[in-house]
Amino acid sequence: MKKIVILGATSAIAQSVARNFAADGASLLLVGRDEQRLTAVAGDIVARGASEVQTYVCDLADHGNHEALFQAVPQKLPCFDTILIAYGTLGDQEKSQASFDVFKKEFDTNFLSVVSILEHFARVFEESGAGTLAVISSVAGDRGRKSNYAYGTAKGALSLYLQGLRNRLFSSGVDVITIKPGFVDTPMTAHIEKGPLFASSESVGRNIYQAMKKKRNVAYVPWFWRYIMTIIKLIPECIFKRLSI
Amino acid sequence: MKLDSWGKYPSVEHRQVLTPGWLPTELPFSDSETYLCYGQGRSYGDSCLNADGSLLRTTDLNRFISFDTETGVLRAESGVTLEEIQKVAVPRGWFIPVSPGTKYVSLGGAIANDVHGKNHHTSGTFGCHVRRMALLRSDQGIVECAPDENEELFCATVAGLGLTGCILWAEIQLKPVKGPYIDLETIAFGSLDEFWEISKASDQDFEYTVSWIDCVSTGDAFGRGIFMRGNHSEQADKGERKPFWKDFLRVPLHFPEWTLNNFSMQAFNTAYFHAGKTRAGKKVVHYDPFFYPLDAISDWNKIYGKRGFLQFQCVVPSENNNAAIKGLLSKVVEAGNASFLAVIKEFGNVASPGMLSFPQQGITICMDFPYRGERSLELFHRLEDHVAEAGGRLYPAKDACMTSDHFKAFYPNSTEFKRHIDPRCSSSFWRRVMGEELI
Ligand SMILES: Cc1cc2nc3c(=O)[nH]c(=O)nc-3n(C[C@H](O)[C@H](O)[C@H](O)COP(=O)(O)OP(=O)(O)OC[C@H]3O[C@@H](n4cnc5c(N)ncnc54)[C@H](O)[C@@H]3O)c2cc1C
Ligand SMILES: NC(=O)c1ccc[n+]([C@@H]2O[C@H](COP(=O)([O-])OP(=O)(O)OC[C@H]3O[C@@H](n4cnc5c(N)ncnc54)[C@H](OP(=O)(O)O)[C@@H]3O)[C@@H](O)[C@H]2O)c1
Repeated sequence: MKKIVILGATSAIAQSVARNFAADGASLLLVGRDEQRLTAVAGDIVARGASEVQTYVCDLADHGNHEALFQAVPQKLPCFDTILIAYGTLGDQEKSQASFDVFKKEFDTNFLSVVSILEHFARVFEESGAGTLAVISSVAGDRGRKSNYAYGTAKGALSLYLQGLRNRLFSSGVDVITIKPGFVDTPMTAHIEKGPLFASSESVGRNIYQAMKKKRNVAYVPWFWRYIMTIIKLIPECIFKRLSI
Repeated sequence: MKLDSWGKYPSVEHRQVLTPGWLPTELPFSDSETYLCYGQGRSYGDSCLNADGSLLRTTDLNRFISFDTETGVLRAESGVTLEEIQKVAVPRGWFIPVSPGTKYVSLGGAIANDVHGKNHHTSGTFGCHVRRMALLRSDQGIVECAPDENEELFCATVAGLGLTGCILWAEIQLKPVKGPYIDLETIAFGSLDEFWEISKASDQDFEYTVSWIDCVSTGDAFGRGIFMRGNHSEQADKGERKPFWKDFLRVPLHFPEWTLNNFSMQAFNTAYFHAGKTRAGKKVVHYDPFFYPLDAISDWNKIYGKRGFLQFQCVVPSENNNAAIKGLLSKVVEAGNASFLAVIKEFGNVASPGMLSFPQQGITICMDFPYRGERSLELFHRLEDHVAEAGGRLYPAKDACMTSDHFKAFYPNSTEFKRHIDPRCSSSFWRRVMGEELI
C-alpha cells in the first residue's frame, strides 16, 4: 500500500486526493499549519478507510521550519514513498504590485519554500532509487496575465523547476508529476464568480489521484485545460498584451 | 444570489450564500439578516430557501468524524451526503437505516426533514436513528442534544426544517447488512384494492415496500401499478458495482414544455406498467437502482422545463384511506395535468421523535406535476382540501403551495415548536405557512 506525505493537507483539493487514497487503504502523513483542521481531516481519512494517519503541524512557507519537518517525516511515516505538495496561496495581485514584500511572500510560499522541500526529498528518493514527487502547480503558470502574475510567476517558475527535476531524477527511477489544475471551486477561489469552466474539488481530486497512479509527467486537470492552454500559449504577444483574460 | 430547490419553483434571490470550508464556531452573518442552512437542495418547494435572507451551504462541511465499524455508530459533519455514507459503510457491512428516494441528500437535510423510506413500516423515520447532534445557534452558541439530553431541542430539530439552528454534526446508528444486494420481488396490481391486499400481506415479511401507481389511466386501468418489495440479501459481495452507463446519463438542458403533455404521460405510464408487468417476479439487485432509481439520470428535474415543477405528497390515516386515496387519484386523473412519477406506500406506526415529523400511520402518495401557473395551483389547493377532509397532511419537504391554515391544522405542534426556533433563522416556507414577515 502507498505511504503518502501530503504537505498542505487541509487544502480542499488535497483532502479530495487523500480520500481517494484512503479508500485504497493507504497510509498518510498530513502536514499543515492548523492543528484543528488537520485533526478534522485525519478523522475523515481514517473513517474512509486509510490504514494509518499521522499529522504534523508546520508553517511550510517558512524555510526555518524545514529541518524539523525533514526529521519528523521518516519518524512519523517510515518508508514513505510519495510526496504530494498541495499548499499555496492566491494572493491579491494589486497588493503584490504595491509592495515588494507581499510579492516576495507570494513567491516564497508558492515557489522557494517548495524548492527547499523538494530538493530534500529528491535526495532521499534518489538514494533509495524510487519514489514519487507530485506537485500542484497551476495553469496560471503557463502564461503571465495582468490579473494574477504574482501568483502566476511563482507557479510558472515551479513548473519549469519541475521539468528540470524530472530530467535529473529520471535515471534514478524517481517520478516527478506536475499537476496543473484549471479553475477549481475551493476556498481559494471563494471570492471569484463561478463560471462553467469551474470544476469541483471532488472531481479534480479524483483526476489527480488517477494521474498519480498512472505516474503522468504533466497532468492538466480537468483534461481540457491542456487544449485551452495550448491555444492561450499560441496567441502572439503583440495581441496578448492587449487582452483582458 | 439565486439558489434553487429541486423543483425549481419558486425561484428566489438571496442576500448572500456562504459556503464555509470548516465547521464554524460562530455564525458568519450579521444581526440584520436571517439565515437558513442549505444542504443539497433536494427539497422540492421552498423549505430550503430564504428569499432576501441568507443561506449557509453545507456542501464543504463533508468530513466524517468517526466511524466505529464494530458497532456501526457513525458521526459526521452535516454536509456529508448519504451517497458518501453508503460508499464508506456498505463495504464494511453497514447500511443507512432509512433511505429516501435519492442518495444525494445531506445528513443535515435528512434530519431537518426527518426523511422516510421504503422501510417506514419497520424502521420509522431517519430521526429515529439519530443518537446525538450539535447545533450552532445565534442565541446559545454550540449546543449538543440527544434523545436523553436537551430532549426538547432534539425533538424540535428532528423535522425542524432547519429553523432550530445549524446542525454542525450528527451521530447515527447504521444497520448491519451482509452485502450490497437486495432480494427483490415485483408484482403488478390492477387496482387500488389489489394494492391494499398486497401491501397488507407484505408488511410482516418484507422490510422494504413501495409501489409505482399510474395517475393517468381511467376505466379498467384506474389505480393499476407495480408493487416492489424486498429484503437485504444474504448474498455477500466485496464492493459496490456501479452500472457502467451511470456517468453518461445526464439531462443536458431544460426540456421545452410541450414535450410533457397528456399524450406523452399516457404513453409513459402505459409503457412503464407493461414493462413492470413483464419483469414481475423475483431477482437479486444491487441496492443502488433499488433505492435510488432516479439518481441514474443526473439533473432529471430539467425535463420539466424552465418553469419547474411541483410535487405533492400527502399521507392519509388508515381509517380513511380507501375512499380518500381513490378520491384523490380521481381528481388527478380528471384534471389531466398528470404526473408520471407517482409513488404510493403504506406507512407504519413507528413514532418519530420529531415534533413536526410528517409520516403518520396510513397511506402516503407522492406525485410530480409540471408547473403550469394558476392551473397547477388550483389543482393543488383542491387536492389539499381533500387531504384535510380525510384527516391527513402534506409533506413540507415537497411543498410550495400549502396554505397557512392547512399547515397549522396539519401540524398542531407548530405552536410548541416555535419556542425552539433560533431567533435569527427563517425560511421562505416558514414565512409562507406562518404568515410572518422577513425581519
Ligand atoms: C428524487 C427524490 C426523491 C426523494 N425521495 C424522498 C423520500 O423517499 N422520502 C423523503 O422523506 N424525502 C424524499 N425526498 C426529499 C429529500 O429527501 C428531502 O427534501 C431532504 O431533506 C433533502 O436533503 P438536502 O440535503 O437536499 O436538504 P435541503 O433540501 O437543502 O434542505 C432541506 C431542509 O434541511 C435543512 N437543513 C439542511 N442542512 C441543514 C443543517 N446542516 N442544519 C440544519 N438544517 C439543515 C434546510 O434548512 C431545509 O429546511 C426526495 C427528493 C428527491 C429529489
Ligand atoms: N482553486 C483553484 O482554482 C486552483 C487552481 C490551480 C491551482 N491551485 C492550487 O491548488 C493547491 C490547493 O489549493 P486549493 O484550491 O485546494 O485551495 P485551499 O483549500 O485554499 O488550500 C490552500 C492550502 O494551502 C495551505 N497553506 C497556505 N499557506 C500555507 C503555509 N504557509 N503553511 C502551510 N499550509 C499553507 C492552506 O492552509 P490553511 O488551511 O491552514 O489555510 C490551505 O490548506 C494550491 O497550490 C493552489 O495554488 C488551485
